[in-house]
Amino acid sequence: MGNGFLRRLRNGGSRPSQIKDSAAEVSLFRRRCFAAVALIVVLTGVLVARMVFLQVYQHELFATRSENNRVRVEPLPPTRGLIYDRSGELLAENRPTYNLMLTREQAGDVGRTVELLVEVLGLPSEMSETLLERSRQRQRPYQSALLLSDLSEGQIARLALNRYRLPGVEVEAQLLRYYPQSVVMSHVLGYVGRISQEDLERLDSSNYAGTHFVGKSGVERFYEDVLHGQVGLRRVETNARGRVLGEIDRTAPIKGKDLTLTVDSGLQQLGAKLLDGRRGAIVAIEPKTGAILAMVSSPGFDANAFVTGISHADYQKLQNDKDLPLYSRAYRGEYPPASTVKPFMALAGLQSGVMRPGDTIFDPGYYQLPNDPHRYRNWQRWGHGRVDMHRALLVSNDTYFFDLAHSLGIDRISTFMHRFGYGENYALDVWGARSGLMPSRDWKRGRYNQAWYPGETLSAGIGQGYWLATPLQMASSVAVLANRGKAVRPHLVAAIGDQEILPPFPDSPEDVELDDPRWWDLVIQALKDVADSSPVLSQGRQYTMAGKTGTAQVFTVAQDARYDAAEVAERLRDHALFTGFAPVEDPEIAVSVIVENGGWGSRVAGPIGRAMIDAWMQPGADHEVKIPGRDDGHDL
Amino acid sequence: MISGWKRSYRRRREGAWRFGWNALHLDPWLLFALLLTMAGGLVVLYSASGEVVERVEAQSLRFVGALVVMAVIAQIPPSTMMRWTPVLYVTVTLLLVAVDVSGYHAMGAQRWLEIPGFGRFQPSELMKLVMPMTLAAFLARRPLPLSWKDLGICLVLMLIPVALILEQPDLGTAMLVMFAAGFVILFAGLSWRLILLCLLVAAAALPLMWLYMHDYQRQRVLTFINPESDPLGAGWNIIQSKTAIGSGGVFGKGWMDGTQSQLQFLPERHTDFIVAVLAEEFGLVGVCLLLLCYLMIVGRGLVLAVRAQDTFGRLLAGSLVLTFFIYVVVNIGMVSGLLPVVGVPLPLISYGGTASVTLLAGFGILMAIGTHRKLLPR
Repeated sequence: MGNGFLRRLRNGGSRPSQIKDSAAEVSLFRRRCFAAVALIVVLTGVLVARMVFLQVYQHELFATRSENNRVRVEPLPPTRGLIYDRSGELLAENRPTYNLMLTREQAGDVGRTVELLVEVLGLPSEMSETLLERSRQRQRPYQSALLLSDLSEGQIARLALNRYRLPGVEVEAQLLRYYPQSVVMSHVLGYVGRISQEDLERLDSSNYAGTHFVGKSGVERFYEDVLHGQVGLRRVETNARGRVLGEIDRTAPIKGKDLTLTVDSGLQQLGAKLLDGRRGAIVAIEPKTGAILAMVSSPGFDANAFVTGISHADYQKLQNDKDLPLYSRAYRGEYPPASTVKPFMALAGLQSGVMRPGDTIFDPGYYQLPNDPHRYRNWQRWGHGRVDMHRALLVSNDTYFFDLAHSLGIDRISTFMHRFGYGENYALDVWGARSGLMPSRDWKRGRYNQAWYPGETLSAGIGQGYWLATPLQMASSVAVLANRGKAVRPHLVAAIGDQEILPPFPDSPEDVELDDPRWWDLVIQALKDVADSSPVLSQGRQYTMAGKTGTAQVFTVAQDARYDAAEVAERLRDHALFTGFAPVEDPEIAVSVIVENGGWGSRVAGPIGRAMIDAWMQPGADHEVKIPGRDDGHDL
Repeated sequence: MISGWKRSYRRRREGAWRFGWNALHLDPWLLFALLLTMAGGLVVLYSASGEVVERVEAQSLRFVGALVVMAVIAQIPPSTMMRWTPVLYVTVTLLLVAVDVSGYHAMGAQRWLEIPGFGRFQPSELMKLVMPMTLAAFLARRPLPLSWKDLGICLVLMLIPVALILEQPDLGTAMLVMFAAGFVILFAGLSWRLILLCLLVAAAALPLMWLYMHDYQRQRVLTFINPESDPLGAGWNIIQSKTAIGSGGVFGKGWMDGTQSQLQFLPERHTDFIVAVLAEEFGLVGVCLLLLCYLMIVGRGLVLAVRAQDTFGRLLAGSLVLTFFIYVVVNIGMVSGLLPVVGVPLPLISYGGTASVTLLAGFGILMAIGTHRKLLPR
């Protein structure tokens, strides 16, 4: 190329003041005009072809797409059902809260808007980074992002005042779960939290399309289906910014059903107060129905913090707390039931015929297996002398029950105890309840591939060794005893909506039937005498009561190795236990109490159990109970 | 061969009313085509703006103002324009420098210049007219077809303002200014071989340009190549406008019944994307009618260009007409997904101030070229 050009360049250079050739120029311009017309025709053709392609050839596709664009289906989340206690006190409600929302596209200068927000709301300046980060957390453009939840009234007022300076900023109302008695009820109700990826896998995604929260534990989790309700739908005309221009039709959501719990919030509060500052659990059951009247785990935690989204640091703090506040001791804590099992051992002995009520043994202060020099010691080293069943229960003699256990053998013990709910989870609706451990030969072979040793049967005879039970199991076994064998399924919910939840429940365990029904009264009489012989359990009491204390050898729930020296001594103390019921003739309440590292059961757990039963049997009476604390007296 | 001006001279004598128009220095055919297009544009705008009468009123007022500007400019003889062109070129270039400097201080994109008492004003917009004037004025004094040296001078004259506009940054305007300059050079008889070469060089330079692009410009190109890659982000606009156009079909959904437009799925529906509203509500028929209006304007413009008496007029008129057409092609091409999204409004239809004033000023120049005639000896 370029030859002609170079020549022209040369020529042009040599003739700078060339005379213009008008006619040639006009002719050149005309030729160029024809080219321009050709260009215009071609480009117009391209445009028309493009339009024909889109509007004729692809018309169907885009018509469908446009129709889908115009109409959007929006989920209408149902309002979560409320939760009441047995007397109608509100335990879980939906509180209207205000969230701060930001739409980046409408904000213009997002950074500036966020800085203004921080200034207006009086937030620490480092929050602006967090807010900027949150403003990007959304699914699509023109969607508003959640910056802050649960704004205070003052903040809302200040936002309203500065509204003109804050384009794209909106305050949105949202119903948020609120627990008025959050700490006391935390282990009963559980809590709701933001739906996580794992939750999504088990939930019906269409029903949860508009829902942000789901029950994570406790009643909130167990009754999720009932509480949540049914999602509604509405078809709306929207614009691209997601703004709804009009509603075409709607299917209203069905509100979740309200729950009425069997729990009495007064009793629950008393239990929490009694255990304040201690680690432990109290379960109170109505024996006739299995209704759980109180189920306290101490320490509790503030469930409300989980609703608004607990910070990572706070969660870590709860997780690492050596008192394990997130641990639901009442139904997940597994403890040796210790001497509280002695009444059941006595019944097992009677029913299996290995002993009669009048049979006695001599207690030298220890028990020895044949051909074994090891001495299994009574708690009182010098022994109780000659004891029969009644005296053995009254003084909680170990030697008697070592002998009984040896006569029964572990398999008979195990089978019999399962009927009282040991090693079983008979709870109807307690989410995450554990079944404890009722050992047997088969269990040990399966678990450790080891033979069962006779000495282990002796430990089981006094509720130690492998035998573990939750406070809920202990309370329900006592309820069965109080019922003279009628089985119970402990449950938390008294009514779903208007529908009452009453026994018989499906899959109820069989009632425990003894060959001679009088044996019930023999054992219960012994427990009544226990309650009557102890000053702390009997003084000022105006009703009949049966009780049994226990002291479990140390078994720390926490497997945490990082104790400081002072702590170790405290945490090596025995667990204090108490089980009991009242009134003896027509039981209305059965209680189990465990105080971790509380020491002697009759000293700490007994008074707590008494106070609980007092509150139920003598409402309005003075419940002043003196409970020895860790170091000093603990007045209540 | 009958020369253009001679034919026009003959026609001028055919009816007395033509003397009237000529005395006004307005071209009736061009004016009719412009008014027709603008009237149609107002109808579409009423629907596209969500039936906001104020917008239509504002646009009409702007049109009236722009028509006045056109009529005033049409009174200036082309020879006077040519004389003043160098002054205009230097002034507007200096204004562009001023915009860049103040933009630098404002730490961001700046296209405006605040003139106290006059409001905001965009010098790059003026350059769309001044650029072809400059090259036409320069080449009118040179022998044609243009020489290497003249081509070189033209390129320098073109690149100084283009670089300044790119600095703002305003890729769309810079491109249109380049188009305006390029058309002058084309009409001046640049050899076809060299045109081909330029196109090849431009194609080869595309990857190089990528390196100098701003992030948002790269994003636009990427989105253009594959809008579905980011359907809810940058690809949103183009998907929505294609949906609007495609769902319109042959006859459209009817005036103010375009769901895409009325439900605000369509972005910038009354400015750059207004043709999607037209296509949705009036269908293929509406688009073709619009193109017909534009072809009327372009056709009449080319007739005026061919009839122009001197090289300055010819080159300038030709360039103005083709640039106008390129606006149309770029805008419709971009809205229908043929071209990447650049901020080019649809001439005479899109809502907005400066663009229509510049356009009609251009048509004023065209009319001046068509109506100011020296009675030259045959």
